Amino acid sequence: MTLVEERPEAHEEAVETIWQDAPGLAGFFSSVDHKRIGMRYIYTAFVFFFIAGVQALVMRAQLSTPDADVVSPQVYNQLFTMHGVMMIFLFNTPVLAGFGNYIVPLQLGTRDMAFPRLNAFSYWIFVLSGLFMISSLAIGKQPDGGWFAYVPLTSKEYSPGVNMDFWGLGVAFAGISTTVGAVNFIVTTFKMRAPGMTVNRLPMFVWSILSMAFMVIFAVPAVTVASLMLEADRLFGTAFFNPAEGGSPLLYQHLFWFWGHPEVYILFVPATGMISMIIPVFARRRLAGYTWAAASLIGIGFISFGVWVHHMFATGLPALAMSLFSAASLIIAIPSGVLFFCWIATMWRGRVQWATPMLFALGFMLIFLLGGITGVMVAVLPFDWQVHDSYFVVAHFHYVLNGAVVFPIFGALYFWLPKMTGRMLDERLGKASFWTMFVGFNLAFFPMHILGFLGMPRRMYTYPAGLGWEALNVVISIGSAMFGLGTLLTVAAFVRGRRRGAPAGANPWNADSLEWATATSPPPHYNFEAIPVVAGRHPLWEEEAVCDATSGDDDATRAYGPPGAVARETPVSTGLDALPEETMTIPGETYVPFFLALGLGVFFVGLLVETTLVVVVGLVVAAAGLVTWGWRTEADLR
Amino acid sequence: MTLATAEAVTEPTRSPETGGRSIARWGMAVLIATEAMIFATLLSSYIFVRAASKEWPLGHIEPPKLGLIWFFTAVLLGSSGPMFFAEHGIKKGNQTRLRLGLALVFLMGASFLGFLAYEYHELDFGIRDNAYGTLFYTITGLHAAHVIGGLLMIGMLQIKAWMGKFTAERHETVAVIGMYWHFVDVVWIFVFATLYLSAQFG
Repeated sequence: MTLVEERPEAHEEAVETIWQDAPGLAGFFSSVDHKRIGMRYIYTAFVFFFIAGVQALVMRAQLSTPDADVVSPQVYNQLFTMHGVMMIFLFNTPVLAGFGNYIVPLQLGTRDMAFPRLNAFSYWIFVLSGLFMISSLAIGKQPDGGWFAYVPLTSKEYSPGVNMDFWGLGVAFAGISTTVGAVNFIVTTFKMRAPGMTVNRLPMFVWSILSMAFMVIFAVPAVTVASLMLEADRLFGTAFFNPAEGGSPLLYQHLFWFWGHPEVYILFVPATGMISMIIPVFARRRLAGYTWAAASLIGIGFISFGVWVHHMFATGLPALAMSLFSAASLIIAIPSGVLFFCWIATMWRGRVQWATPMLFALGFMLIFLLGGITGVMVAVLPFDWQVHDSYFVVAHFHYVLNGAVVFPIFGALYFWLPKMTGRMLDERLGKASFWTMFVGFNLAFFPMHILGFLGMPRRMYTYPAGLGWEALNVVISIGSAMFGLGTLLTVAAFVRGRRRGAPAGANPWNADSLEWATATSPPPHYNFEAIPVVAGRHPLWEEEAVCDATSGDDDATRAYGPPGAVARETPVSTGLDALPEETMTIPGETYVPFFLALGLGVFFVGLLVETTLVVVVGLVVAAAGLVTWGWRTEADLR
Repeated sequence: MTLATAEAVTEPTRSPETGGRSIARWGMAVLIATEAMIFATLLSSYIFVRAASKEWPLGHIEPPKLGLIWFFTAVLLGSSGPMFFAEHGIKKGNQTRLRLGLALVFLMGASFLGFLAYEYHELDFGIRDNAYGTLFYTITGLHAAHVIGGLLMIGMLQIKAWMGKFTAERHETVAVIGMYWHFVDVVWIFVFATLYLSAQFG
């Protein structure tokens, strides 16, 4: 290959005009930059996080004393339903997608995702489906049948209002975003890698996002189908779940949990990926057992499809089936345990620095240890029957879904926001935030195990005095308020960091992976002026410095060097060994993804208000968007 | 970017040396995987509800008639043939084979849809009657929606083919939409086997 390493004249100005989005609102609605989209994902998800948090605190206010009258039972039902819906669909899932969007292309050493317009589309779907669901709060008709929406309670007969329609339509709507996002992550991981980044050199975070994306591809269709079946029963009078017409309510539970349990790992696996990036950096040592850890992430992905029935142990299924699912639920502890020992071994042999991200990682490990142990406990049939639908289960899944997912996300904020914003977060506030959150978390959720043993059922809006539950409930409410305060301290650390945080520089933590190899923080629009060449698992820790690839004059390597940054191009590589294959043109700004998403949004609103005209308008806009997208592909690539 | 290079990217290309698959094909493959899961979920639901029922089809509904559906199954599956014909044609730069093949695919797909509409008209049960009717119409309807989507794409390909947008080197869109069309054909085998054939053995 002949090398043409020409650095075009007036390089800086040229790239600025080529990569720069239009200013203001125009750029906001038309940008396809993965960094901008990733940041937006994170900010938007955090808005939903704080709304869901306030809902939790109102519930705790109601439960802190016996026979309290803070909210009515009807409102309480809405609160616990929407708290769950928002935390799962509108915070945990999208915030992890946001980090994935921002970090994965950087860690792979490329200039954008494989499908940048699809990426913009998945963000618009997320924000519109979020607005769709949250608008139920504005009109005081939030879903109230539990976040899992079991039939027959949620059928039209027993939930006549519009409340559950927000759930059924909203879940299907949000599922589009998760699915196209996963397609994008899978193709990006396989096809957009810098030269030398073979499969056994992928950063752990990329492994975890890949495993998550495969789980999404195979699990999310089940919940999409289930929620649309429920809506068809509710809106059109079909008979999927209506036993009087031969339908089956049990079928609903199978479909829901076929997605619902992999979903736990869809959230947990990327969180472990974050931890697996943070711990080696602050232990100043390579991750111990890289291959075992990566294999565990993939193994969890597979086994997660064989455990869903453990949510249905109390439905009276055949004993053999339940034993098999019980066994699978025990087995999944093995890959999780392998990961855990990899982290311990890394710290054991390293020199640990107690920065805020590391504190969150350690807090995560302690909490996840407890959540994992109670997970093994509820996988055992007789034990599960004792604690089923009690506060023990509430404690268990908050240790897993709040402790083992939200703590890594906060750690990731302190770890990666300096790269994303260019400023360090305030360490003193960060540490205060961690300890407040950690103590508050355990005060809030540990006593729930005991309350479960004492017989307090979940989802009840109040309880009489004299059952011995009062003191623990007070402790829980104090703990949850503390946890809330701790999250606000992180907001303070963020605001303070943005105003007068120390400049982060390119690599403030002296970390190992390629996102820290960009010239500046935040990275330039084109990420890398020249694509880096990877010579090891930890490019920035290898003996030889990362070197830049140079452009060839053939189609496979033409975008490697600065000419690629000028032409808004990035190389595409072969699936396994990351050899050069072809050059991809990164699309320019386009409104099409926004209008397609908007059309779908109008379509779902039309179904909600049961107005044919609105449905048709939505479909027409969406169809016009799709056709335009397919037709003017070449125009957007310019 | 100059005008010359802008025109050069009207169709994604792939490197002849490595023979790898383009990102568009990877994307379509993953999309097909998740679509296949949607059909798997619905067909499993059908089998689940059927296994829990004492009679099948429910409530005096006759099992679906075979006969003509065999013919139109053959038409739909056979439409993969002209699709291959068109793909291989444009690989050699043969515009006539591309246009002819795509036109044939469109006709065969449309006649399948036409028959389904006729069959719906003839059936004496509705989607609300019972769980059998609900599942029958939902699954065949979802498949028909995929055929419609496929026909729209084939139609758009046809227009582009007549405008001469594809060449021997640049024809990834044909290959990618071809993948989708083959998927719509193959998934019908499962729908047909479950809804039509197995229902004969009440």
